[in-house]
Amino acid sequence: MQLLAQQAVQGVIPDVAWSLIAPFVVLAVGGILLITITSVVPALRFNGFPAGFTILTAGVSAAFLIPVWNRVTDDGPQSVVGGALAIDHFSLYSWGVICLAVFGVGALLDGYLRREGLDGPEWYVLMLMSASGGMLLVAAEDLILTFLGLEILSIAVYVLAGLHLRRSDSQEAAFKYFVLGALSSAVFLYGIALVYGATGSTSLSVIAGARADNPAGLNPLENSSMMLVGMAMILVGFAFKVSAVPFHMWTPDVYQGSPSPVVAFMASAVKAAGFAGLIRVFWQGFGWYFEDWRAPMIVLAAASLLVGSFLALPQTNVKRMLAYSSIAHAGFMLTAVQAIASDDTEVSVLAAEALLFYLLAYTIMVVGTFGVITLVGAGADGRGDGAHSLDDYVGLARSRPLLAGMMAVLLFSQAGIPFTSGFLAKFRVIAAAADSGSYVLAGIAMLTAVVAAVLYLRIVVSMFLASGPVVAHAATDAAVDDEADTEDGAGAGDDHGDDEPVDGPEVAMPRPAVLAIFVAAAATIALGILPIVDRGLLTDAATALVALK
Amino acid sequence: MVEAVWLIPAFPLVGFTLLMVFGRRLGEPIAGWVATLAAAGSFVSTVVVFFGLVALDIEERFHIQTIFTWISSGSFTVDIGLLADPLSITMCLFITGVGTLIHLYSIGYMHGDPNFAKFFVYLNLFIASMLLLVLGDNLLLTFLGWEGVGACSYLLISFWFDQGDEGTANAGAGKKAFVTNRIGDFGFMLATFLIFVELGSINYDDILTRSSELGSQTATLIVVLFLLAATGKSAQLPLFVWLPDAMAGPTPVSALIHAATMVTSGVFLLTRLNPVLAEAESWSLGLIAWVGALTALFAATVAVGQTDIKKVLAYSTVSQLGYLFLAVGVGAYVAAIFHMVTHAFFKALLFLGSGSVIHGLHEEQDMRRMGGLRAFMPVTAFTFIIGWLAIAGVPPFSGFWSKDEILLYAWDSGGVSGPALWAIGLVTALLTAFYMTRQVILTFFGRSRYHDPTKEEIRDAMVDRLEGAKGEVEQALAARAAAEEAAEKATADIDKRQEALDKAQVALLEATEAVEGSSEEDDAKAHQKLVKALDKATKAVPKAETALAKAQDKAGSEAAAIGDAADAVIAAEGRVLSVENEVRAVPRFPRRVTATTEPIELGPLGDHLPERWHHRQDTTPHESPATMTVPLMILALAATVAGGLNLPFTKDLHFLEHWLEPSLFGHEAKLSAGAGTKWALAIIAIAVGAIAIFAAFRVYLRGRVDPNRIELDGMVNAWWVDASYADFMGGPGRRMFDLAAWFDRTIIDGAVRGVATVSAATGSVLRALQPGFVRSYALGVGVGSILVMAWFVGRVF
Repeated sequence: MQLLAQQAVQGVIPDVAWSLIAPFVVLAVGGILLITITSVVPALRFNGFPAGFTILTAGVSAAFLIPVWNRVTDDGPQSVVGGALAIDHFSLYSWGVICLAVFGVGALLDGYLRREGLDGPEWYVLMLMSASGGMLLVAAEDLILTFLGLEILSIAVYVLAGLHLRRSDSQEAAFKYFVLGALSSAVFLYGIALVYGATGSTSLSVIAGARADNPAGLNPLENSSMMLVGMAMILVGFAFKVSAVPFHMWTPDVYQGSPSPVVAFMASAVKAAGFAGLIRVFWQGFGWYFEDWRAPMIVLAAASLLVGSFLALPQTNVKRMLAYSSIAHAGFMLTAVQAIASDDTEVSVLAAEALLFYLLAYTIMVVGTFGVITLVGAGADGRGDGAHSLDDYVGLARSRPLLAGMMAVLLFSQAGIPFTSGFLAKFRVIAAAADSGSYVLAGIAMLTAVVAAVLYLRIVVSMFLASGPVVAHAATDAAVDDEADTEDGAGAGDDHGDDEPVDGPEVAMPRPAVLAIFVAAAATIALGILPIVDRGLLTDAATALVALK
Repeated sequence: MVEAVWLIPAFPLVGFTLLMVFGRRLGEPIAGWVATLAAAGSFVSTVVVFFGLVALDIEERFHIQTIFTWISSGSFTVDIGLLADPLSITMCLFITGVGTLIHLYSIGYMHGDPNFAKFFVYLNLFIASMLLLVLGDNLLLTFLGWEGVGACSYLLISFWFDQGDEGTANAGAGKKAFVTNRIGDFGFMLATFLIFVELGSINYDDILTRSSELGSQTATLIVVLFLLAATGKSAQLPLFVWLPDAMAGPTPVSALIHAATMVTSGVFLLTRLNPVLAEAESWSLGLIAWVGALTALFAATVAVGQTDIKKVLAYSTVSQLGYLFLAVGVGAYVAAIFHMVTHAFFKALLFLGSGSVIHGLHEEQDMRRMGGLRAFMPVTAFTFIIGWLAIAGVPPFSGFWSKDEILLYAWDSGGVSGPALWAIGLVTALLTAFYMTRQVILTFFGRSRYHDPTKEEIRDAMVDRLEGAKGEVEQALAARAAAEEAAEKATADIDKRQEALDKAQVALLEATEAVEGSSEEDDAKAHQKLVKALDKATKAVPKAETALAKAQDKAGSEAAAIGDAADAVIAAEGRVLSVENEVRAVPRFPRRVTATTEPIELGPLGDHLPERWHHRQDTTPHESPATMTVPLMILALAATVAGGLNLPFTKDLHFLEHWLEPSLFGHEAKLSAGAGTKWALAIIAIAVGAIAIFAAFRVYLRGRVDPNRIELDGMVNAWWVDASYADFMGGPGRRMFDLAAWFDRTIIDGAVRGVATVSAATGSVLRALQPGFVRSYALGVGVGSILVMAWFVGRVF
């Protein structure tokens, strides 16, 4: 508000260091350009131009990150647009993750839209808009801008969720997502109002200063309770966005109903931006109150871990399974977030590294995973987005060994099998939780990692081992196990019932999507084996994040 | 030379990569040879490293080779590094040695399998994971290998997953192994976590040298958690259930998993961490010993009751692993490793021998259908007998020395529990000798039962014969029905004829009257006509009479036919009864057999045996090819002489003990027993073994005792432990799962389905969203918000 007030009074547009926010500008302008070009030249609306343009835009945006990163390394963190946006290693790292997501989802969308007969630029425009909103959210140093970013991010995704016009599932998902999202936005906004009421500012540094200047805290019974309730409401808003339990209920429905590439975007960019925004607001703005917000975050984390992994088990729809899995992953990331809240800077840095690595690793693997789901979802007809049952994956290893192999790598990574990025991500988070003294949460995280492995294994088993419908078999398997085979062992060797090998689904393999999935799988392994981003990138970003308080 | 340690896991890893990429193209048998060479290369490297270690001073025999830093997060780092010390190299020697032989054997065993190359991909990966498990220089790498062998065993056990119903069972067995091991894995993770929290490092170097910083309570907890992990991987009570089911996989897999490698990793882990064990309170060590002793006894009793040749060996493995735990629990690490090595030799020998038998008998695994095989497969029989002598504890075969040492240390551990553990071990030894003798007799001695009709074949013959007899009844019934129909027809015919006769007689009367009533004078022509008619009528009557008589005759004969047909029906029904009696009279297929068991007397049923029995009469059991028998011979040699590794007579002969010293940090238990006790215990053990073998001969070779009195139902069914797990999983466990499923189905899916139905009906999405439904989600958000806010507000006060 200070910023707005200044403008009102002085009528001065703040100095904008365009070169520093180039990555953001490229993305936002790219979206506007795309819709302009395609309106003027209708021939460019189809056949790969929008996808190519989007990927190019993301590439240019990512390329701009490098000089900006180096400049921040040299000159230190910058505050631009009148102190409303922070350009530091943390925001740049998060921007990079968002660019990666746009990159991957752009490649997935192309084949999907052509297959579904929905080709057109509006999907890409919305995605670019949403991503630029995400960039705004993670860099915002002012709660108004945070809210703006959050809404730009979300509204575009509400539309994307419902853009598969022929599927009523898709529109239903969009509607639910929108209604509940609006509710959480309202709560969020009310929280901002209360925080403003308590501190007299929406600027994160001023909010932090309100406490820092006065070690005794805000005026106890009035301002501080207002502040606390405001924080609570802002936490609720973020918790909804990152689908933490108990604000997760929309997730399975929306993931199941939305177009698969859009789900990839939701699970990657939206989630990553949500977490980055959450930690920026809570650490930079509310860092002094971390003892207040750490406990509810632990509870949210534990609940997300448990609900996500246990409720995933009985599912038979792969998208629904992965929706619950994404809730469990949110639990892991929250575990890292709460570990950042520590008095010990070293512990905070380790936890921040864990969170940032998790964001990167999860973004890559979830885009890849939903990429495979996008391709398999076409089903026998070659179009539609409905073949998401476990049975639709039976025999995939026979008909499309490469696709099944990549999917296995990505799922193993989600399960946290060693030598994949998922393992290192979980390992770091658990180590960070232990360092910060949250032993119970670390234990729960380990337990749920074990439980969730079963879920991913079910999909792998369908692809590689199952020779008939899995869902129907699940019940009979138990019966076979139970059979106390004491007398009838004889003669078993005589009659091998030679089942005809079941043919797997003949999945179409559009080249950009397969390439994106391949890159994701390869990156998943590379990140899991070599500490590629460890020294340098990750530490710099984590240090920048921790220094915000 | 020690620097070559990285080559040990590198060889199988390269083999794995090569085969994964080119395996299908290389095909059979080249893929198998590539894999075997990779394993052999690993073995050679291990030998090189071994001599390298020997050349070093004793204090320096702890070589860490860091390949690169894997995780580096603050002060905490985890390397991809290998630790070569006597313990790990000993493990590597027998893993790669036995592993190479198993690879070689598999070339013959897997001959003709459509997935030949894939099998070797898994085998090489398994070896690589196992080597990583023992060579890793930190707990995380060990855990990685731990998981790797688990995944490979899952893949290998369910290797034949696509074979119909049996395939489903195989996949089920793989799943069981996976789930059971996961329980143990959680223990591993928690224990690693505890060590990390306490020491800030998970490198063995730090753990082994700084174990005293742990404090006894933490150490105890760590030991108990690792014990949980080990009971899963090494199939001890209560997590042993997966191992017998794992018999579903191809035989070399059983050998690899059971004998040489995976199941010993629990014991390896506990031995590796011996300084931590030394810190722990003594009850945790007692727990290890008792888990081992009870498992040994339990599994040995179950082995007595098994009829599947591989299941006997599976339970035997569980039992022998129990000995290893017992040894670790009493601090006899050397004895544990010693027995691990000898067991690797003789159990691999026995498993591969049983595989050779199964192969030679065309996939027959039931010992009740074996017998007398030594005539057909001399090499297999000879080597199997050596394996038997080794495991039964007959001196001078290797098993005797290593088992005896465990029993000695158990006795020596003192207190009440020492002799108790020793006694349990002794009873187990007795049972071991007994069930192994039983197995050898049932498989290789006595009459060959291979050509005997099986239970299923007899049942088929019975069904065939009964159905034949029932067919006769039906035929007779049909004949009777036909006769009855004919009789009815005949009766109808009589009526018709009678009617015709009556008509003829009436016509005669009328004609007579007409003739009498007319006169020739009135109308000569008409009269003439009437006379002619009378004539005709007079002739018709006897004709009709004859026809009637004929019809009556026919009816009579048909009635007789009915009687005959009815008699035939009764006779056929009688025959059915007699066939039923005959079938009932066939003796029950014996559940337990001995070498003296005679084939079942089938009588006339013998002609009804199904095609596959006839087919089997044309085949005979055959000896396996050289790729299979050569490994058997090498292993037999090793199983004979491996006792020489650690002979008890003088200190100088304790080669293994001296060799392992640097890895044990002085935590090996010290023997207090004198030479007299040693000799006495050894003589008791030999005597007990001899008694058991003698008893088994009486029961199974001579048939003097009814085996039903020995093989109790409980033994056959593994004391129903597995069944009760299944009941639990089917009962309360299943219900918990169902509850989660129900919650999702009813509350969440139900709502979704409801929406979908309505939306399909109305075609309007907006109307489809029942207000209560989104509201319930919103309610969730609301309640959550209130809870979160309540917490924050609570902080004010």
